[in-house]
Amino acid sequence: MLGVLLLAFSVVSVASAELCKPDAQNAFKVRLSIKTALGDNAYAWDANEEYLFKAMMAFAMRRYSSKSTTQISNVLLCNVTDRVSFWFVVTDSSKNTTTVPGSEVEAAIRMNRNRINSAFLLSDKTLQFLKISTTLSPPVEPSTPVWLIVFGVVLSLIVAGIVFLVVSGIRKHKKKNKESTERENLEEKGEVTITIENGIPCETLDLKAGHVNGVFAADDERFTSL
Amino acid sequence: IQGYFILEDLPMDMPPEVPKEDGRPKWDNKFQYILSCIGFAVGLGNVWRFPYLCQIHGGGAFLIPYFIALIFEGIPLLHLELALGQCLRKGSINAWHTISPYLGGVGVASLMVSVLVSLYYNTILTWVMWYFINSFQEPLPWSVCPLNENRTGLNEECYESTAVNYFWYRKTLNITPDVTDSGTLQWWLVLCLAACWAIVYLCTIRGIETTGKAIYVTAIFPYLVLTIFLIHGLSLPGATEGLVYLFTPNLNILKNPRVWLDAATQIFFSLSLAFGGLIAFSSYNPSKNDCEKDAVTVAIVNSITSLYASIPVFSVLGFKAITGYWDCLDRNIISVINEYDLPEQSITRQNYTDWITFLNSSNPEKLTGLKLKSCDLQEFLDQSVSGSGLAFIVFTQAIILMPGSQAWAILFFVMLFSLGLSSMFGNIEGVFTPLLELQVISKSIPKELLSGIICLASFFFALCFTLGSGSYWIDIFDSYAGSLPLLVIAFFEVIGVVYVYKIKRFSKDVKWMTGRKLNLYWQITWRFISPLLLLIVFVAFVTLQIQKTPTYAAWNPKYVCFLIFAILNRSEGCMFFSPTKSFKITALQSCITNTRDGNIFKGSRETLLLSTMTGKEAVAR
Repeated sequence: MLGVLLLAFSVVSVASAELCKPDAQNAFKVRLSIKTALGDNAYAWDANEEYLFKAMMAFAMRRYSSKSTTQISNVLLCNVTDRVSFWFVVTDSSKNTTTVPGSEVEAAIRMNRNRINSAFLLSDKTLQFLKISTTLSPPVEPSTPVWLIVFGVVLSLIVAGIVFLVVSGIRKHKKKNKESTERENLEEKGEVTITIENGIPCETLDLKAGHVNGVFAADDERFTSL
Repeated sequence: IQGYFILEDLPMDMPPEVPKEDGRPKWDNKFQYILSCIGFAVGLGNVWRFPYLCQIHGGGAFLIPYFIALIFEGIPLLHLELALGQCLRKGSINAWHTISPYLGGVGVASLMVSVLVSLYYNTILTWVMWYFINSFQEPLPWSVCPLNENRTGLNEECYESTAVNYFWYRKTLNITPDVTDSGTLQWWLVLCLAACWAIVYLCTIRGIETTGKAIYVTAIFPYLVLTIFLIHGLSLPGATEGLVYLFTPNLNILKNPRVWLDAATQIFFSLSLAFGGLIAFSSYNPSKNDCEKDAVTVAIVNSITSLYASIPVFSVLGFKAITGYWDCLDRNIISVINEYDLPEQSITRQNYTDWITFLNSSNPEKLTGLKLKSCDLQEFLDQSVSGSGLAFIVFTQAIILMPGSQAWAILFFVMLFSLGLSSMFGNIEGVFTPLLELQVISKSIPKELLSGIICLASFFFALCFTLGSGSYWIDIFDSYAGSLPLLVIAFFEVIGVVYVYKIKRFSKDVKWMTGRKLNLYWQITWRFISPLLLLIVFVAFVTLQIQKTPTYAAWNPKYVCFLIFAILNRSEGCMFFSPTKSFKITALQSCITNTRDGNIFKGSRETLLLSTMTGKEAVAR
């Protein structure tokens, strides 16, 4: 009896060893980068974490196929390295000697990727199933491109500035025209006395264009005070 | 008292054509004038051409030919132009006509060059504006590749190159594979071009009355931003490596005549000589103004700005180099860790080489099978770029790596825009002032209308630069419209003033204006050294251009170049020869090696093999 049990056990373990090995059929390699993801909060990878992994895989298979027959013992892990990477297979719950086809396992994992990631506090990049490529999230595009809005703001400011300057220029021009016609009218009537000095109206003689004649400026000093 | 105020005496040597109260616009104050000249001289070239020249011509050693060129060519020519404009108080056409009726063509030539340069210079500002308005997006549009049509992966052209390159060549320029293939007008660039010309119109609408106000902002703001970038750049990792690389002098380089030629042309184009803009600016000065001091001030400030700008530029380039180097190392480390299933973080950047030697000794085939790249910091630092490639490809890539990249991008592009805009003021003034002085125009139309016509006409002509092949046309304009003609004009300027107008007469004018006699330095440089230097530079320039067939760098979206660095030792690029055309098309590409085994740090490493144009001189301003 004992011998039969031992034989059965050894057969099973040999079978499982054959089922789960690197590059076996329907086997997947998993790679975790815990320290990269969590830094100081990284947990160590031990047997308990492996148990959780098996549980998550069983959960994923159950959810996917809704057969509720996959057991934790159906998930076999092997070749665990320090990297933390390992291979796993899922055996068929009805017959322990065959493995579930890889496509089913892949589909199950894809369906539950989020749950699996969050169980380990990792992401798609740090918990890698090497044969399963991640799907890309669609880009977030606003209805109007942002640059068009900014451009609209900039352009409206510019146009406002141009309009303001042009209008003020026109107004100044009109005012100057009005003033010069008024001045002409007044001159004709002879009502405005314009001081003339040497034939040049005094208004144009501002300090910028003229020089103070040094001879006269110093005149004050030559005369003694009274 | 009668006669207390008398008009200024007419000095005997003053040219008789100068009126006293001519209603000519004036600068509000001296500072505005100096700032306008500085703004005109300090342009995009101070940021993206001078640091590059320093880098490829032996670092600190380049400063020697640079300062020699400044002293013997830059400052004398600048003084000449400022004195000329101030003395004659006319724009370039009338001023040269006054010097001698036979030299009137010099003024017309200046006008034409200013027109041509304005056209393409504002298109560069269009690109800057496009990047600016795209900087408000999160994430920055040049940091990620867009997805392809069926959303199964990234866009192929982007994937083969980098996101930054893709955004520049496809999303901005939508560039065609060669110049004969014109493509269509890119509507987004047309919009930005319209906005840019509207800004130029807004600022130059009444000539120096409006530019004088605008220059306070556009000339001072870049210095603020440069200071901010300086402080931030120095705090980045890799800044010291970049600066050491930039300034380490290699005195052997001085034996190469190309270095001296580059220094002379850089000074010449950087000071914006021979455009007629400086003559226009100084013609609005009061006659009694110390133009000698102004010239020295402007030239020195321009050179100091170039030096000042090269510090943040190279800090950021050093940062980019070291990030690229670390990236390369990290990717190799991950490959090795994954392959050998070693614990995470067991290989660090520091002990990487030790590990590699250890693994190589135990199992060399496995290691070579990984195809690890050799990561060399020097190689990253050697990627030298100038011109638009620096701003729109290299710098934008560095900005993505900084935290808070939107703010840095916005600051950077506003700074570039201000730098370019203040130079545009000088260009437009070089067109506006001579045209305004033509009798037929000044009587019939107001200033605002003239500037509007100039800006509108320029906009329509510049539309050709917004075509798919537009950037090739800009390269052509930059190489041939904005370089050789200026040398010719400047040469005739010096000869005209010194030998036709006669330097004795001009010295008297300058003495009247500044109150000092022209000292020996000016006499010697104006009479002999500057014309001689200009002639040498001109001949050398032409000789160099003749020696090779004209080339331009093109973007070929179909060509993909995979370099395996372990095997090829830094290939120089992928060349296409097209015997039907006289242009040799160099396929400008980002050649990438991808680690495509799906590991974590999947990224693309690019080697920027941007060939710099030999004639990118005008963008040196």
